[in-house]
Amino acid sequence: MSSLTKPVSGKRFDTVFRGIVYACGILILVVLAAVTVFLFVRAWPAIGGNHEDVADTIGKFTGGKITSFWGYVGPLLFGTVLVAAIALVVAFFVSMGIALFISHYAPKKLATVLNYIVDLLAAIPSVIYGLWGGLVLVPAIYPFWNWVAQYLGWIPIFAGPAANPARTVASVSVVLAIMILPIITSISRDIFQQTPRLLQEAALGLGATKWEMIKLAVIPFGKSGVISASMLGLGRALGETMAVLMILSPGLTYSVQLLKASQNQTIAANIAAQYPEANGLGVSVLIATGLVLFVLTFLVNLLARKITQKASVK
Amino acid sequence: MSTSTIRRIVAAVAGVALLGSVAACGDNAAIDDPDTVPSSKTEISGNFAGAGASSQQAAVEAWISGFQRVNPQAKISYNPSGSGAGVTTFLTGATAWASSDKPLDHEEVNESKSVCKEGTAFDVPVYATPIAVAFNLNGVSDTGQHLRMDASTIAKIFNGSITQWNDPAIAKQNPDVTLPHLPITIVHRSDKSGTTLNFVEYLKAAAGNDWKYDLSENWPNELGQGAKGTSGVVSTITQANGTIGYADLSQVGELGTVAVKVGDDYVPISAKSASNALVDSKIDESVQGANRVVVAINHNTKAENAYPIVMISYDIACPVYKDENTGRFAQAWLTYITSQPGQIAAQKATGSAPLPSNITDAVEASIEAMN
Repeated sequence: MSSLTKPVSGKRFDTVFRGIVYACGILILVVLAAVTVFLFVRAWPAIGGNHEDVADTIGKFTGGKITSFWGYVGPLLFGTVLVAAIALVVAFFVSMGIALFISHYAPKKLATVLNYIVDLLAAIPSVIYGLWGGLVLVPAIYPFWNWVAQYLGWIPIFAGPAANPARTVASVSVVLAIMILPIITSISRDIFQQTPRLLQEAALGLGATKWEMIKLAVIPFGKSGVISASMLGLGRALGETMAVLMILSPGLTYSVQLLKASQNQTIAANIAAQYPEANGLGVSVLIATGLVLFVLTFLVNLLARKITQKASVK
Repeated sequence: MSTSTIRRIVAAVAGVALLGSVAACGDNAAIDDPDTVPSSKTEISGNFAGAGASSQQAAVEAWISGFQRVNPQAKISYNPSGSGAGVTTFLTGATAWASSDKPLDHEEVNESKSVCKEGTAFDVPVYATPIAVAFNLNGVSDTGQHLRMDASTIAKIFNGSITQWNDPAIAKQNPDVTLPHLPITIVHRSDKSGTTLNFVEYLKAAAGNDWKYDLSENWPNELGQGAKGTSGVVSTITQANGTIGYADLSQVGELGTVAVKVGDDYVPISAKSASNALVDSKIDESVQGANRVVVAINHNTKAENAYPIVMISYDIACPVYKDENTGRFAQAWLTYITSQPGQIAAQKATGSAPLPSNITDAVEASIEAMN
């Protein structure tokens, strides 16, 4: 009865709830702004400070080989993009296979089990992947890389001899690919499953085989979702720290020789490796490289948005 | 059945306890009674923090428990945040002492004026550890054999001019060992490290023209493989056949180690032989700042049974503290850890080389100057 006599009781709660939701929405902006400001303020001594001191600090990081900030961050940026891009290429095709298998081929029971496993993989922390990669995969994968270097060594990126132990960009990329596989797989699977039945049955009705049906109906429908899933995966690979730190033997070159050690390093792993022994200005230099990574991930997300918008307009 | 299991467990526990007490007796006979730990007249109490070199962590843990046996009211914590971070924290006044793998530089000494009540901070050596040149080579290291090398050979391996295990330079010094035709993979630290600095200092001093790189805490070339931390280096060496790297002796485990040529002999690595090299080293008189004791390790020592690749780690403290209680603690702490019982406690925990008396005499004088 009381609820009838007080028909406006929900209104106040409505206002409060609206306030909470607004606050949450604004909070994310504040956090982003705080991170940006932090990066700029702490990186400033390295960007705008005394050039000689900065050159000296960077020289200490690199054993005197590199002294300019861009000379230092350039190879790091290159390494970051290289590792993440290879991981994405490897993960993408495997993910598509798994997603299509789950959505269109697997019997229902098997699909449920696979779904469960994919979600479980996504929940494993990166340090575990790092430990597994460093202690198990690296010694185990050497014979394979050695084989690749022997028979495909004429392709410049596979030029031998393969490093033993294989603490190389190739091994790191494989581990990162496994790490980003679940994200790409689970989003793609969800989208493939939403393909309208009508489209699929129409394609089959017109005499298409199952592969043709997937090519004509399922993939075009899921295209934009798959791209944004890949970009999410790429974002994770770009910022991945622990796994790279524990597996890769770092170097500061623009080399693309994937099977050799000490060629490349990523920004995130470099920060983690150098931070404990860095002095005040050293920390600023590292944070400035972090700022570069921040801008990079920002650009990747922007690009992803552009691509998905175009794809969905079509 | 369950009673017999319990009986067996009880017997086992009793046996272990018995062994433990026997071992404890042995210890007491071997080292000074812990109660004779030199400490200030009055007992120290309060909370004290230190931070710095991760290399000292195990030793500091041993020292904390040794110190607390005499001063149970003292609560001591140690943050192994790294040498650079440890000094920075000390210079903000947040810690009672800092540990560092390298002595203070000129600016840091000047900066310390703001933290210390009077004078400037000083450093004293507290921990010396032999650095092993460790390798993994099937047929050699797994059969318990060791290799012999002179400084020039080690430098040539680490600068990339010797690339095969059966290189004549190595084979000539190891006539009894069958060396395989296998590429050498060198393994070095990828992070900034006092171990790297001390290792390249040795190469620079002892190998002359074969080591042309500048001294740095970062590895100077892009050869071989880099790994983070001592544990990373050791696990990388362990993972593949034909690897060679450098690491604290306490961490190298089952790997083969190189006996280094000193004079006409090859000296295998041990805490004792590292101490011998320190006996033949001098205090660096050129450092500026009162009470500072910096050891110039004699990498070119010709002394008998002296292993020349040694890392020295320092503790940094103020001569006079703003807080009197902290000052009393710092003095008692440094006195204990550089005393013979303190050095032996560290050796038992980490395999470090006890500081010889030519160094501890100077250290003692510096610590006595505190008040």
